[in-house]
Amino acid sequence: MRRIHAGLGIMAAALMVLQGCTGGAVRDGADVPVDERSVGADGAAVEPRDGVETGVARVGSGTFDGRPISEVLSDPQSVLSQRVFYFDFNSSELSVTDQEALSAHARLLSQNPEMSVVLEGHADERGSREYNLALGERRAKAIERLLNLQGVGQVQIQVISFGEERPVALGHDEEAWRLNRRVELLYSGY
Amino acid sequence: MKKIANILFIPLLLLAAVAEARLTIEITGGREGAMPIAVVPFADEGLSEDRVGQIVSADLARSGHFAPMATQEMPAQPHEGRAIDFDTWRRAGIEHLVVGKVAARGEALQVQFQLFDVVRGEQVAGYSIPTTAQRLRRVAHQISDIVYEKITGQRGAFNTHVAYITVGQHEGQLSHRLAVADADGFNEQIILSSRQPLMSPAWAPDGNRLAYVSFEGGRSELYVQDVSSGKREKLASFNGLNSAPSWSPDGRRLAMTLSRDGNPEIYLLDVASRALSRLTFSRSIDTEPAWAPDGRSLVFTSDRGGRPQIYRLKLAGDRPDGRPQRLTFEGDYNARASFSPDGSRLVMVNGNNNRFRIAVQEMESGNVRILTDNRLDESPSFAPNGSMIIYATERNNRGILEAVSVDGRAQQRLGTRAGNVREPAWSPFN
Repeated sequence: MRRIHAGLGIMAAALMVLQGCTGGAVRDGADVPVDERSVGADGAAVEPRDGVETGVARVGSGTFDGRPISEVLSDPQSVLSQRVFYFDFNSSELSVTDQEALSAHARLLSQNPEMSVVLEGHADERGSREYNLALGERRAKAIERLLNLQGVGQVQIQVISFGEERPVALGHDEEAWRLNRRVELLYSGY
Repeated sequence: MKKIANILFIPLLLLAAVAEARLTIEITGGREGAMPIAVVPFADEGLSEDRVGQIVSADLARSGHFAPMATQEMPAQPHEGRAIDFDTWRRAGIEHLVVGKVAARGEALQVQFQLFDVVRGEQVAGYSIPTTAQRLRRVAHQISDIVYEKITGQRGAFNTHVAYITVGQHEGQLSHRLAVADADGFNEQIILSSRQPLMSPAWAPDGNRLAYVSFEGGRSELYVQDVSSGKREKLASFNGLNSAPSWSPDGRRLAMTLSRDGNPEIYLLDVASRALSRLTFSRSIDTEPAWAPDGRSLVFTSDRGGRPQIYRLKLAGDRPDGRPQRLTFEGDYNARASFSPDGSRLVMVNGNNNRFRIAVQEMESGNVRILTDNRLDESPSFAPNGSMIIYATERNNRGILEAVSVDGRAQQRLGTRAGNVREPAWSPFN
């Protein structure tokens, strides 16, 4: 009996913990099962870093090359439609074409300082999980640096690494690994 | 007798919700030279669903040191010393024999067992242990520990736990769970569930607290949870990574990886005072710290040389003592090292030609042995007696756990019925 009571107490504690996970969190990428999350999904809101004003009220009011931001971001022809960037194994180097696309993102962000972006770094499953967590961060930081150099304010960028914990491809082969070594640019509010 | 009584008074771990699933264990690789032993089914085992003889037999088989005789091959089924005809067992090639019985004592149970050296016809150990039906599995593991230690001279690790992470669909949603089970896979208890990733469970030396990484706040943060009460506390949530916890042998400090200063570095956190001291200073990734058992040095993974390799950093109190020394030179990738309990060897993930396998390196000689033959091994963890290593791997598109003896000869596979299992952490003795 004692054991059962203790178990119930812990279950109650676990429930509280679960509520803590969901209660009041701005982040909602979590509401979609992780496996099925589409790459670079629109509208993935992310909890802002402490002290960062994300300016939700202004969402949609900015422009990029004279067009409303929400329109440009949803235009598959726009250079800004590339919001996932891929890497070689154990590498955080960006290709020249990726750098060009990132320059467009840098221009968008520097022209609209009220906007913010989350750079979500990921790794493939090979090797150790903790090293891969650091590797995901290194990849996201490579993009952060590039954006900073092109005039994007530090407060506009949040870097988060998930390491190998959130694969988009669930296989265990080169093709899956290639898709999983990535950084996703997530614009909150769009 | 006195020794046993003491063991029994150690409180049971009171864990969360009752198991839905359990790890099943399949022995996949035998061991040449395993000792022939017979564990006769105990008398009146029907008093509980847990069959003591069966549990002891399975424990001993899993260790790789023993080859228990199948029940149907036994020439007799005695339950006490007086009933043993040693000649029949000698003829059957048996060297050691375990017999015993379970008896009701009011609400409680009494387990009696004897271990015999068949060759000499002598009793090696014999105990009578008071218990309850609920604790019978634990008593069986304690009997396994006694048999193992009497015969091999090494302390048994059967009465220990394994923590691990499972990931799978639960009520239509992806669920990450932190679980604790007995070392034989039974009594799985979920101590935390989250829709966000959980990582890096690490046992405190007291065997009752687990440090781990949770993404429930949208990024990596470090928690410590009391396993028996479920109470937990956020210990590190600095900007950037909060990851790779490792308890100091005295349980007062945690080594961890933080990128609060812009780059992943190893830090020490004093658990009581929350004082933080930084141990590494390089522009590369430094992560996965693990303490030497004497608490005077740490090993960690760094790619300061271009690729991930293992380095050792000596400590003077909370400060680094000299520069980190590289320890690994075999293979193009070495990561997630940890010390054997006696400090004489390291286990790690060794990557070579796109294969990631478990390797053991002797500290003194630097000799490296690859223990596994898989493709995607990770997260190795020593048993507290140093005899086995549990690790995670991938098979048929599922994450599973496997264990291998430190000499690489005995292997077993542990799996749940569904979902993925990963990041096993073997508990200390408790």
